[in-house]
Amino acid sequence: MEERRFAEVPRESIKLMAESSGVELSEEVAALLAEDVCYRLREATQNSSQFMRHAKRRKLSVEDLNRALRWSNTETICGYGAQDALPFRPLKEGELFFVEDREINLVELALATNIPKGCAETMVRVHVSYLDGKGNLEPQGTVPTAVQSLSEDLLKYYQQITRAILGEDPHLMKVALLDLQSNSKIAALLPYFVYVISGVKSVSHDLDQLNRLLHMVKSLVQNPYLYLGSYVRSLVSSVMYCILEPLAASINPLNDHWTLRDYAALLLSHIFWTHGDLVSGLYHQILLSLQKVLSDPVRPLCSHYGAVVGLHALGWKAVERVLYPHLPAYWANLQAVLDDYSVSNAQVKADGHKVYGAILVAVERLLKMKALSLTLAAEGSGAGLPGTTTGAVGFRENSPGLSPPPEPLSEPPLGIASHLQAGGAGCPWEEWTPVSLPAMYCELYSFFGDSLAVRFSTGPPLGGATPPGPCQPLEGRKEPASSAPNLENTRKMPQLTASMNISPRRDGSPRMEPQPPSLAATVPGRSLARSSSSSSSSSVSRSRSSSSRPGRSTSQSRDIFPKARFPLPQAGPPAFSFIIGGRQMGRRCQGRRFQTSFTPTPPLTTHPPRAYAHKLPVIGRVSKPVRRWTCSHYSLHLPL
Amino acid sequence: MAAVQDGPMELDAEKEAKPEILSDGTSNLSGNTASGTLSSSPLTAAPAGGAPKMEDQQTLIAVLQFLKRNKLSESVEILRREAGLGEHQEGSQATDGSGGGKGDGDGGDANSLLSRVSITSAAAPQSMPVKKDQPDVSVVLSAYSQQGDPPLYQVYYSGLKNFIESVLDCHRAELSQLFYPLFVHMYLELVYNNHETEAKAFFDKFSGDQECYYQDDLHILCGLTKKEHLKGNEVLLDFRTSRFVLHISRDSYQLLKRHLQERHNNQIWNIIQEHLYIDIFDGMPRSKSQIDSMSGSLAGEAKREVNKAKVFYGLLKEPEIEVPLDDEDDEAENEEGKPKKKKTKKDSLGSKSKKQDPNAPQQNRIPLPELKDSDKLDKIMYMKESTKRIRLGPENLPSICFYTFLNAFQGLTAVDFTDDSSLLAGGFADSTVRVWSVTPKKLRKVKSAGELNVIEKESDDVLERIMDEKTASESKILHGHSGPVYGVSFSPDRNYLLSSSEDGTVRLWSLQTFTCLVGYKGHNYPVWDTHFSPFGYYFVSGGHDRVARLWATDHYQPLRIFAGHLADVTCTRFHPNSNYVATGSTDRTVRLWDVLNANCVRILTGHKGPIHSLAFSPNGKFLASGSTDGRVLLWDIGHGLMIGELKGHTDTIYALKFSRDGEILASGSMDNTVRLWDSMKAFDEVETDDFTATTGHIHLPDNSQELLLGMYHSKSTPVTHLHFTRRNLLLAAGAYNSQ
Repeated sequence: MEERRFAEVPRESIKLMAESSGVELSEEVAALLAEDVCYRLREATQNSSQFMRHAKRRKLSVEDLNRALRWSNTETICGYGAQDALPFRPLKEGELFFVEDREINLVELALATNIPKGCAETMVRVHVSYLDGKGNLEPQGTVPTAVQSLSEDLLKYYQQITRAILGEDPHLMKVALLDLQSNSKIAALLPYFVYVISGVKSVSHDLDQLNRLLHMVKSLVQNPYLYLGSYVRSLVSSVMYCILEPLAASINPLNDHWTLRDYAALLLSHIFWTHGDLVSGLYHQILLSLQKVLSDPVRPLCSHYGAVVGLHALGWKAVERVLYPHLPAYWANLQAVLDDYSVSNAQVKADGHKVYGAILVAVERLLKMKALSLTLAAEGSGAGLPGTTTGAVGFRENSPGLSPPPEPLSEPPLGIASHLQAGGAGCPWEEWTPVSLPAMYCELYSFFGDSLAVRFSTGPPLGGATPPGPCQPLEGRKEPASSAPNLENTRKMPQLTASMNISPRRDGSPRMEPQPPSLAATVPGRSLARSSSSSSSSSVSRSRSSSSRPGRSTSQSRDIFPKARFPLPQAGPPAFSFIIGGRQMGRRCQGRRFQTSFTPTPPLTTHPPRAYAHKLPVIGRVSKPVRRWTCSHYSLHLPL
Repeated sequence: MAAVQDGPMELDAEKEAKPEILSDGTSNLSGNTASGTLSSSPLTAAPAGGAPKMEDQQTLIAVLQFLKRNKLSESVEILRREAGLGEHQEGSQATDGSGGGKGDGDGGDANSLLSRVSITSAAAPQSMPVKKDQPDVSVVLSAYSQQGDPPLYQVYYSGLKNFIESVLDCHRAELSQLFYPLFVHMYLELVYNNHETEAKAFFDKFSGDQECYYQDDLHILCGLTKKEHLKGNEVLLDFRTSRFVLHISRDSYQLLKRHLQERHNNQIWNIIQEHLYIDIFDGMPRSKSQIDSMSGSLAGEAKREVNKAKVFYGLLKEPEIEVPLDDEDDEAENEEGKPKKKKTKKDSLGSKSKKQDPNAPQQNRIPLPELKDSDKLDKIMYMKESTKRIRLGPENLPSICFYTFLNAFQGLTAVDFTDDSSLLAGGFADSTVRVWSVTPKKLRKVKSAGELNVIEKESDDVLERIMDEKTASESKILHGHSGPVYGVSFSPDRNYLLSSSEDGTVRLWSLQTFTCLVGYKGHNYPVWDTHFSPFGYYFVSGGHDRVARLWATDHYQPLRIFAGHLADVTCTRFHPNSNYVATGSTDRTVRLWDVLNANCVRILTGHKGPIHSLAFSPNGKFLASGSTDGRVLLWDIGHGLMIGELKGHTDTIYALKFSRDGEILASGSMDNTVRLWDSMKAFDEVETDDFTATTGHIHLPDNSQELLLGMYHSKSTPVTHLHFTRRNLLLAAGAYNSQ
């Protein structure tokens, strides 16, 4: 027999209740009544459940029951409408159960001073979420934040930050940028910041503002708590704008938009290597747009410059893939500009020199890296390498081939340069057939002649790139040890720290051998070279000089370079509480000779014309891995 | 056989009963719809006279029977004399019991059968709205007066059970349908005849055999142990008044008949004859799953004839509006958005180039309000928006925007969005209705009459000037109801808001003045839902009194009453072409009503719990319904077939909505989720060959998981309402539930 699933009111209870109201009931009547009461109760409960359902609740309330009673013409029950459950307790002495019903002193209640505040007003709040193609919820904190209404505090924060960054006070700006890159609670503001940054297009006449916006990008990118998601694309397009567009500011030759482009290019590479995985196909897109600009002769030279720097920043693979094949075609145009000595052409020619320098720097590194990769490939993972470098070695091994882009963040904390290098190694150009190093060298040599800092013994014999290969790494490895005193560390990333003592001796330092630079060192070195090249119309020679470390380079170029360089450290205040990204001049990265350039805090004012030269460190810095950045504070010192 | 015969008769009876309720007096609709409106439906007048007379007679017979039973022979005599009833009439009634007992119902029994049928069917509609119908109840119950030997009931039942379990598999599933109605009727018979202990024993022995989806009813049933209880119990009244409908194949039916005749199992045969309606079809017996998918409603499946009527489910022709040609992009994108609109643009001067949808009703079948200038503007806005609409699909799911009601301690009971998603209304259990502006545009009242007089009426911005800037606020509260507001619905032009409440009224609010304009009284019981027609002017409401009513905003009395549900009408929806109304009910059926003549044109069974949400697909061809059992069922309106079952929700589904193009069905439930279903796929996979169309035996693939495209969770917010914006962004609303 199945148990009935409901409570029954015993006839005793009925009798008790009847007695309490003064009625005497016979046993039969009580039994009948009890049964009927049970039934009516059940009926009322069933009827009340529909009120619950229509009120879209799961919990049956006293109110529901009362409604059901009212509609069946029964008196409602008062006094049980409290939200909280009423305690139901037994009496110890007898078998009596009752609902506790305390007496309430109405006078007290009426005169009470602690009048309960009205409950908060009913309001509507909006939340957005969306599904990806597979029907999974996107992680929280991506797009939804865009629609979140901003709290008062966030709004204030946003106003303060933007005002500080875009305002005049450099100190304020520094603080703001610092906070932006370490604040963990600004996810909701991300779209707003991205929007502000997209304003680059409206301030293309104002280098200062552009610079500030770029710094804002950098801070956002560095902030480890921010998930940029698809905003990466927007940021990248803003940065690309600074790299490639013929900015209004560049009409005036006094404006140093070159540095801006350098900075933006490094920023680009940084974004890509740290956040590139967020947007699929980003790398390809960037390369395509760079290539497009480069191959468009109508574009002004500064745009071409941007394209070259951008490619360079993306790694030597990008250079090899895009710039190098394009060079012959481009060369003719450039040559025409450079050969035109008319006065009217002076400005253009100066620009042309810049481009020339940039290309030179890029291809030099290309040669170096290629040589190195060949060597390493030949060597296998060199046993002689210090354990710490194995990661880098691994990449290098892969580099000639079609290795997938490495996961930049998972890398051991290599320096900036290593990042780039890794990137270079990872360029996913599958369909592309590499040109052999000797052929490449020959071709490049035919363009640049002796300006090319990289030399492989002699042109033709160089074909066997191997000979220099083996020796280079070896030497390189030794050198760090020897130079340890100056440099922060023999291992990776010395270049990040500013080593104080940069002696001229370094330049003249004994290692004159063309070393295949450790990848780490190369990038900053290159950037330095590039920027230095921009300082004067003789960029070519300068850049050459920068790369002249290989002893073979012409002495002349070497001279120039030191000159250009030395004043800086000296001019700058010797006290470096902050670290400036090393400008490793050492393209012989092997040697890891990193020169730190010391930026004087108000560099702009002191040496306006050379301003960008001071910025070189910036470039080096930009590509530092995020982790390091978070604890550094130098970025704010950039002269803008 | 007899059952087959009396089908049409019953239909006739129903037809006669209806017009009485339908009469809507004088309804000369003023305003925009001045021309002939619904009032002049052809069916209303003619039979109206006959029905009451017949019903009176039935009542008299019932009274006579009652008197006779109580041995009040003198009164019987008097009454008979006064009413002028012949002995024979009553006699036929009296022979009922014995006549039924004779067993086979073909022959001379037809007469009594007829009278029995007319009693039940006539009583049905009458007993619905009011409870004062005691005589009818006793008539109905009197059908139980005959009795066999109470202790033998168990034997009868288990005999049938053994038989059914021993037949071939293919017949077993079909014949098993008999268990539940027989069980209930036998139990009630025992209770009615005061065999309490036998009834209890019977219930305990066999209640476990019943299908699980009848649990709710069994719960109610098991509480019933006294004859007195029967009188007040509406659910059982339903069971009596309506005949339980079964679909059984001819083979199975013959099998059953033969068995019962061989065994002389008259008790069961009587019940089958009297209380069941067996719809016999030729062809293959149905499988268990086929039966299960269609059964579950309070009164069995729908008779096949009921769903034969033609339904004009097509959409009305869009009014031709000249779209300003200023924006080019509009034109360019038009192909994918609304090709129709583009056409109208070309034949701007109203040539009849556009084909009428063959399935669409005549344009003026239901008189619709004329378009005002503001409506045309809105249409143009709509077209523009729809060109920017995102094409949804399995690969392209909508983003969702959830409007969470916070601090809704008073209880959020209903939500609605305007079509353009600019306003949001919430009905609350504390009798208030609140309106929010979802856009930055604040809600403003019109100025008072005195201030309005001052305004220059010719000025261009007069519409702006009449608004009182001081009253601008994000939300407005509408007071007026005296019970929880269970339904809210915006008018398409955003000028009005309807709300239905437990207090038995539907109220019309002006969104210009934020005051109540009309209180529509008629339901007298809680009104569970209300919905505006897509063209405005008409609206429908349904409530605890088991009827849905069609109203026009300028009439304080209903134009139509849709009666037929056996329990509360829980939700009401207008068909996109405004010619039909769908209602969902606690009796676990969905019905489709023709607005023109208030006929029930579709009865859709298959839900296993009360239905709480309905949604028409934008093309008008399909209907989705969601119930407390967490399942969504999809229906093909044209064929009256169930074409899909979407399982996944774990609690009542309170919200259903198709995306603007109909590709996606969104369902929102008490289980705090919104699920997205691939409705296109569900509709495409339907086998609509002739066989299934004629027999209605659909075999549903169990593919809920494939059709489920995505799911959104909320932390603790049951989903009360869903809405797709004109660009196909999904909006959901619900109140945060802190417990």
